[in-house]
Amino acid sequence: MKEFLEGSLAVAEIVKRCKPGVISAYPITPQTHIVEELANFVANGELGSQVVNVESEHSAASVVLGASATGVRAYTATSSQGLFYMQEVVFNIAGMRLPVVMTCANRAISAPINIWNDQQDSVSLRDSGWMQLFAEDLQETVDLHLMAFRLAEDKSMMVPVMVCMDGFSLTHGIETVDIPTQEQVDKFLPAYKPLYKLDVENPMTLGPLVDPEYYMEARYALQQTLNSALNLIPKVTGEFAKVTGRKYNGLVEGYHLDDAEKVIVAMGSVCGTAKEVIDEFRAKGKKIGLLKVVSYRPFPVQQIYEALKDVPKVAVLDRALSLGSYAPLASEIKAVFFGKKKQPKVISSFIVGLGGRDITKGSIREMLRLLTTKELNCEFIDLKPELVKEQYE
Amino acid sequence: MKEIRIHARAGQGAITTASLLGYAYFLKGAYPYAFPSFGAARMGAPMNAFMRVDSKPVRLRSQIYEPDYVLIMDATLMRGFNCFAGLKEAGIAIINAKEDIEIPKVNARQRAIALPANEIAMKAFGRPLGNTALLGAYVAATGEFDLDTLYKAIKHRFSGKAAEGNIEAAKQGYEFVKKLK
Repeated sequence: MKEFLEGSLAVAEIVKRCKPGVISAYPITPQTHIVEELANFVANGELGSQVVNVESEHSAASVVLGASATGVRAYTATSSQGLFYMQEVVFNIAGMRLPVVMTCANRAISAPINIWNDQQDSVSLRDSGWMQLFAEDLQETVDLHLMAFRLAEDKSMMVPVMVCMDGFSLTHGIETVDIPTQEQVDKFLPAYKPLYKLDVENPMTLGPLVDPEYYMEARYALQQTLNSALNLIPKVTGEFAKVTGRKYNGLVEGYHLDDAEKVIVAMGSVCGTAKEVIDEFRAKGKKIGLLKVVSYRPFPVQQIYEALKDVPKVAVLDRALSLGSYAPLASEIKAVFFGKKKQPKVISSFIVGLGGRDITKGSIREMLRLLTTKELNCEFIDLKPELVKEQYE
Repeated sequence: MKEIRIHARAGQGAITTASLLGYAYFLKGAYPYAFPSFGAARMGAPMNAFMRVDSKPVRLRSQIYEPDYVLIMDATLMRGFNCFAGLKEAGIAIINAKEDIEIPKVNARQRAIALPANEIAMKAFGRPLGNTALLGAYVAATGEFDLDTLYKAIKHRFSGKAAEGNIEAAKQGYEFVKKLK
């Protein structure tokens, strides 16, 4: 049934239907109303989860790690500094092969302090061993959450999944969304049966000290597993379509790619704005397209190669930086094509919408205007030159 | 596509207003997208809420710079901000009037409507929250949907006496504007 719902509440609705046994979070800025609403569901008896209110994000992540290790479906949500405070445990959850699902409400990182939207938080944790799936709108956000539990708990995976939704534009945005019914969710997502768990009857250890004789193999296995998720994701989206009728690729999504001369590559809600601009250009006969990266981890190298190999000019839009180097998404898009016969003539890299700087249709048009035969690296869009000039004498 | 910009201070219910407005459009079968933009993120600080609505899902995520309609929930904001910036050629501004605050002149085809929304709300339900009176005025001034649809949206959000009071405020806001014509 279609409803008009705020992003955070829509996520709470779908997580409720996924029935996690344990939910833990730290209720302070930066946080969203997701966990608050889940706590309401538990308080009024709609949801039988145990909600653990802790004293920090480090503890919130530790609680879901512990819960998951005992064989329970576990969920948490955080954002920005909160995710960074979780970082040590985030790597542990992946290393211990625990299928936790987390929502990351993408927000900027301090300093300067900024509560607004960009993607520096989750992008900085790209090496943690979690799958990272980026949503464009609320429908995709909701659907990715349901698929996230399925992916994480698949017996060939047992890895955590982070669903990334842009702060404010999606977390606080209200739009029409169709939340899958409990019946549909139950059909798609079976009850969680762990492959292994901490159990006093059958004692085992998770995450022990591993000396140099064994460590590399554990990391190799995790790398192989994440790469194999590239095969699993399309299968899961296919099954999702059978239950809900909504079709997703799950790895990348192309928009007017076939004959495109210029293509924007981006992740998250900015893809909607880009599509609007593309429609305007197409109406004037300009051949512009978009490649939306949904799965940032694992990174769909082959699908990106196929989508862009015949495109003359590519503009990669990053909403995060790797300070002192190439932009994160741009460097990986370039890596896809190194040494390949077929490749774009130009791959230019643009930094857009950091710390909530509004991304308008004008920002996208400016990026496309600057996408010429001259390759650009980390070109900042919508920068205010008068502010850049200020300095201490 | 129609674009609506709401000017308010944090705590004055701008998001609730955008959400009521969005829900009314949703009931009509349209696709609304409402979202806030916080300034200093604390009570009393100037902030905006936005509502974009179309007959198909809205994909554009940017703020609204050329609104069809503007709702000004706190007239004191007009002292420090140009709340009319970018208002479309035949745009309409609906203002929660306050003594001593002048309403700026608008172009010939634009309308700026000031109504005592807080007073209406005080009489209707005893609290100076003029949001629903402003929405009643919005219905009368724009004709975007009918009063019944707004009542349904109010009932979806509020219950009991709060719903009754807000419906009364919406009705009076509507009638205030109708009498102006």
